[in-house]
Amino acid sequence: MMRDITLGQYFPGTSVLHRSDPRMKLILTLIFIVFVFLAKSLWAYVWLFVFTFSLLIVSRLPVKVILKGLKPVLFIIAITVIFNLFLTKGEDLLFECKFIHIYFEGVMFAVYMIIRIVCLILGTSVILTYTTSPVDLTDGIEQLLSPLKKIKIPVHEFAMMMSIALRFIPTLTEETEKIMNAQKARGADLSSGGLIKRAKALIPILIPLFVSSLRRADELATAMECRCYRGGDGRTRMKRLKYSPRDLVLFLVFAAFGTGIILLNIFIPYLVI
Amino acid sequence: MSTITLQNVSYLYSAGTPFEKYALKDINVTIPSGRITGLIGHTGSGKSTLVQLLNGLLRPTEGKILLDGRDIWEDEKKIRDVRFKVGLVMQYPEYQLFEETVRKDVAFGPKNMGLEAPEIEERVKMAAFFCGITEDLLDKSPFELSGGQKRRVAIAGVIAMRPEFLILDEPSAGLDPVGRDTILGGIKKYREETGGSVVIVSHSMEDVAVYCDSLIVMNKGAVYAEGDTREIFSTPEKLYGVGLDVPQITGVTEALRSKGLGLPSDILTVSEARDAILSLAKRRGLL
Ligand SMILES: Nc1ncnc2c1ncn2[C@@H]1O[C@H](COP(=O)(O)OP(=O)(O)OP(=O)(O)O)[C@@H](O)[C@H]1O
Ligand SMILES: [Mg+2]
Repeated sequence: MMRDITLGQYFPGTSVLHRSDPRMKLILTLIFIVFVFLAKSLWAYVWLFVFTFSLLIVSRLPVKVILKGLKPVLFIIAITVIFNLFLTKGEDLLFECKFIHIYFEGVMFAVYMIIRIVCLILGTSVILTYTTSPVDLTDGIEQLLSPLKKIKIPVHEFAMMMSIALRFIPTLTEETEKIMNAQKARGADLSSGGLIKRAKALIPILIPLFVSSLRRADELATAMECRCYRGGDGRTRMKRLKYSPRDLVLFLVFAAFGTGIILLNIFIPYLVI
Repeated sequence: MSTITLQNVSYLYSAGTPFEKYALKDINVTIPSGRITGLIGHTGSGKSTLVQLLNGLLRPTEGKILLDGRDIWEDEKKIRDVRFKVGLVMQYPEYQLFEETVRKDVAFGPKNMGLEAPEIEERVKMAAFFCGITEDLLDKSPFELSGGQKRRVAIAGVIAMRPEFLILDEPSAGLDPVGRDTILGGIKKYREETGGSVVIVSHSMEDVAVYCDSLIVMNKGAVYAEGDTREIFSTPEKLYGVGLDVPQITGVTEALRSKGLGLPSDILTVSEARDAILSLAKRRGLL
């Protein structure tokens, strides 16, 4: 049920992407996102598509599971496709029926949007979330943003909050499932009735969940204080991040990908919409 | 009297992900009716998984669970009726309380069954009696109770549904001796008065020796042994092999026997040991 959502989950592994520096992966993710939106011509989109799936293969993640994880965004894709299909105006009319007009440009645009959304989600999660453990990820963010400490932004505290939040997602998921099971065992009916009845049926789940979250937060704070946690000042780390030649190679690969998109846009401007 | 039978039941956690894992493998067992059955096994042997299958919280990956000869998953919409017949108290149930008062919380189950108000009131009283919940506790908020009191309220919440099978996952874990005896004694009384069947998951060999009529021993997701409590504890070597033990007093009398004292070999409780030792002393003319 809730466990089936893979989006945003970490899959341990040993591929190049798993082993490169989280800071580099954050930078590469930004680069990737920028170039996803810069693609304009048909061949640029094809290049984007091929690149994204090569990433997926290089990462050695279980392709089937990852593709299944795209299910939750299917709805967004469907809506974008419908809007683009029916609302794009162009010159090459393909189909007409009363007030519905479908143009060739609309069809192409819809296809582009599918590629864009799928690549955006797949690419960013393969580069970042699927292959980076949450701890590494927040470490990377903290270090990348650490220059901001100079202007008194509590970067360390934000990073700590984020890692705690990430850390507790699976715990809370498990807790929710347990409470749901306990109430179901007492005959709670969570899946039938109208909207109001269903909302009411959530009360027996939400109240224990809130109570236990507050208790957990309290316990965690105490535990941290017992171990003398006092914020980021003068804190050293056990695992220090270091760039390796691997990261440089990865950077060059992404630079090549970006250049490819620009060149394809300029030199083969086929079907630019 | 109702019966539950498991036929070739397997259960796989996280199917289809890199983390998939068999928690139960090809289980064939009949839960004894009309008695208290202990379910024992080392940590991770699949006890909690098994009891959640019995009331349809989990659906077996393979195999069938028969309640009175009918597959409980035959009609998915009727699974709620199965849960009223097979009442399950989960491990650490104190976190499931949510109502304003203990009374209302215990009434949650019976209310879901669609019973009338007087009937609900009567069942809450009965459940409170079996679990040792006093009248003044009934009108308190469940959040201001101690851990042991919360546990009793949670158990009462299931007993109030008056299930034919009452299943409890480690009901006495982390309680003091008095709290433990109140809960287990209440469960025994409940079984005697309603004539139902009870399954208790426990890590305490002493508790199962005192309260259970028969035992099911689990090991690594399979049923390792089943039978009467006395019979199971009469072969200690078999239990040591799977990370279990016999009750301490059984170990003690066993050691005395090996020193040549003529004690019986199937002593399970301290009072049995006392009687046996006294009668031995009398026979030898020491008393
Ligand atoms: N939600 C879950 N997801 C994945 N694996 C699980 C889950 N729950 C249990 N398991 C695994 O299934 C196996 C059986 O677990 P189960 O909770 O049934 O054991 P148990 O006998 O109740 O143990 P304990 O005595 O510690 O309560 C364990 O190896 C456990 O790691
Ligand atoms: Mg358990």
